[in-house]
Amino acid sequence: MYVIHALAAVLLLAAAGYLGGSIEGLRTLFGVVLPYAAIVLFLAGLSARVVRWALSPVPFRIPTTCGQQRSLPFLKANRLDNPSSTLGVIGRMGLEILLFRSLFRNTQAEVRPPARLIHSEAKFLWLAALAFHWSFLVIFLRHLRFFLEPVPACVTALHRLDGFFQVGAPVVYLTDAVLVAALAYLLARRLADARVRYFSLASDYFALFLLLGIALSGIWMRYFSKVNIPEIKQLALGLVTLTPAAPAGVGPLFFLHLTLVSALLAWFPFSKLCHMAGVFLSPTRNLANNNRARRHVNPWNYPVKVHTYQEWEEEFRDKIVAAGLPLDRE
Amino acid sequence: MSDHTPKPEELIRISYRPPERDWMDPAVEFRRGTFCYSAAPRHLEYLGLPNPRPWQPFEEDWKLPPDWRRIILEGLKQRLEKFRSFRLFMDICVRCGACADKCHFYIGSGDPKNMPVLRAELIRSVYRRYFTLAGRLLGRLVGARDLTEQVLKEWFYYFYQCTECRRCSVFCPYGIDTAEVTMIGRELLNLAGCNINWVLEPVANCYRTGNHLGIQPHGFKDSLDFAVDDLEQITGVRVEAPINRKGAEVLFVVPSADYFASPHYYTLLGYLALLHEIGLDYTFSAFASEGGNFGLFSSHEMIKRLNAKIYAEARRLKVKWILGGECGHMWRVLHQYMDTMNGPADFLEVPVSPLTGTRFEHARSTKMIHIAEFTADLIRHGKLRLDPSRNDRWRVTYHDSCNPARAMGLLEEPRYILRHVVHHFYEMPENTIREQTFCCGSGSGLGTDENFEARMRGGLPRASAVRWVKERHGVNLVTCMCAIDKATLPPLFDYWLGPGAVEVAGVHELVGNALILRGEQRTTDLRGEPLPAAATQEAPHA
Repeated sequence: MYVIHALAAVLLLAAAGYLGGSIEGLRTLFGVVLPYAAIVLFLAGLSARVVRWALSPVPFRIPTTCGQQRSLPFLKANRLDNPSSTLGVIGRMGLEILLFRSLFRNTQAEVRPPARLIHSEAKFLWLAALAFHWSFLVIFLRHLRFFLEPVPACVTALHRLDGFFQVGAPVVYLTDAVLVAALAYLLARRLADARVRYFSLASDYFALFLLLGIALSGIWMRYFSKVNIPEIKQLALGLVTLTPAAPAGVGPLFFLHLTLVSALLAWFPFSKLCHMAGVFLSPTRNLANNNRARRHVNPWNYPVKVHTYQEWEEEFRDKIVAAGLPLDRE
Repeated sequence: MSDHTPKPEELIRISYRPPERDWMDPAVEFRRGTFCYSAAPRHLEYLGLPNPRPWQPFEEDWKLPPDWRRIILEGLKQRLEKFRSFRLFMDICVRCGACADKCHFYIGSGDPKNMPVLRAELIRSVYRRYFTLAGRLLGRLVGARDLTEQVLKEWFYYFYQCTECRRCSVFCPYGIDTAEVTMIGRELLNLAGCNINWVLEPVANCYRTGNHLGIQPHGFKDSLDFAVDDLEQITGVRVEAPINRKGAEVLFVVPSADYFASPHYYTLLGYLALLHEIGLDYTFSAFASEGGNFGLFSSHEMIKRLNAKIYAEARRLKVKWILGGECGHMWRVLHQYMDTMNGPADFLEVPVSPLTGTRFEHARSTKMIHIAEFTADLIRHGKLRLDPSRNDRWRVTYHDSCNPARAMGLLEEPRYILRHVVHHFYEMPENTIREQTFCCGSGSGLGTDENFEARMRGGLPRASAVRWVKERHGVNLVTCMCAIDKATLPPLFDYWLGPGAVEVAGVHELVGNALILRGEQRTTDLRGEPLPAAATQEAPHA
């Protein structure tokens, strides 16, 4: 089972991180070298991939139209689902990227006798995906407090907002709970739905376990083991100012967390996770459906062999004459 | 229909439980009724395509060229470099599965490789193995596998069991379009000479004679003359159907089935009546006698080779603009490919309706408009005298064809027309119309007899939606604007709903029925059925 492979890989990475944090001589490797390597891989790998996509030509304008076209003035065009202008495309992409518009359409189809197709609502995938991505973003932004000194007011405000419910001490962040719940749902769905399980790859489970590992280790540090925050901030600031020093007073759990994050960064550009960048470039979504109004140029358009009218007329001359149709060359 | 065809009650027993076997181990069984036969070598030879030979998919030896693997991988590499869509769609799928039960072939067959995600993975797995670092290093763990002959056979089976309808792409959070993947998959198969006759014979015909059916100029003329006579019999009005007439204002291009197949033919009668009544100065072309383009189901190059004749003929005949008839994939090509491939059409003028003065700005570059756009505009401006009660024997629904819906957005034009030419119009369920419309199951060159079972499975969702609207509203006529629909929906509905349960018609057939022609004398509709006795203006039953 691929899921075992993936779990084993993440556990192995976690163990390595933990070990790296426990052994004095390995702290620089796990606290400095690997994070740097991961960031370099992330930046270089993702840029390379984006550049590669961006440099590939878009020979045809092929938007998937999901609403009425702009044609006649008395028929109301759907500007967002079938945009005919750049503004419309921006709107469509905005909805797609911020709210997962297309996934929101999701339904479940089922055939019941006698040959009846029943559609039912299926919004949980959309909800879990949205919950995961937004909480991940908020958590990422919250982490800026470790990398910036002084901490910008907006980051502090985000903390306050995220801890709005003031539950527990330290205050429980809403996004922590949502992130874990969403990931758990996505994992459970992948495992429980026989259809989804069938096409899931080890790398699909790996991404989920890795994210769960990162989330759970982070939560453990914040709420239970209470790590040495100033020391960690020292390390983080050292990393961003390129004057890194492996901290002494930080427990191995932090190294576990950091190692999983490094693994995520390093893995990111080489996996499906690069959809984060790719979604912006999808030609079925980011092009206006104005095909007949504005000509789209294919940079590699080349001449092809065609059957010309003259050849056609030659071949069927007798029949054209017999049918009484006009000839170009008598 | 072959003897092997299961009965509906057998076919409906669909198991959605995936097999034990890992999908990465290719296993494809060419069972009769589920696949299409190979293309005859003479068509490949005529078109100059590689590896013409007699072979059949169910045979063990496909007689591939000795270096077929190199050919395919080289072809794959070229296409990754030429299509951002393809490269991106190879990279960014997260296998969320939102597409899975959106495919009519998956719904109707339960075969997991008909889930769009897995259909694409069939190529993605090879892409990863040969073109990505992770795939080279980690193999199966990241879904990478070797390109073997079995994999190639799987490609053939599943890329010719996709109708390129783009329904999955509506639901994909990244807009991954399986049509794009299938199109390129078929291009690759073509490189090794693995193609189907139902696509390549029409392509070869079209290349030679100008239309898919291989109708030569005199046959084309005969067909139109016959229609003109027929229309005169029905209406008492003698119309003209000019062919290859230089200097006409408009070139009118229709799918060839309109003048050679039924029920398409009644739509042709509708066009002829309409264009006569408004006095449009137009001409058909015996050379550009096909709007459809089976090149779309073969390769991008073939699209261009077949499409070139339309602008060429518009130029030769010195028309001002082009009008296109009712067809599905034809409009994908005309809308999304023609101008890019064979334009710019700077020798034409922006289409203007001579009757209403409407300038069709949305077609100002391509200079070609859809007849539904043209007719809706006529109706809006009150240019047609219509008596919808002449269509009172029909309780009508409208089936959106995949391509005009999802590659164009032609949704409201036909509905606007229908609401003016019939009294009883009812929509099918929301999940099955407009951009979510279900394919007939026979598009993209799969509408033949040998794959009848696959077609019936693929058409199940559409048939089911029609059953719903039939039971609820007594619908007895499914209208559509696609030549393939008109050919393949009748057997589909006969199979699932019972013989003759519903009939199929083009929108312009109903326009032709409702249209009051000057000087007409008619007692029947275009099908020769008596018109309703008292053509009263009865309100629709809502």
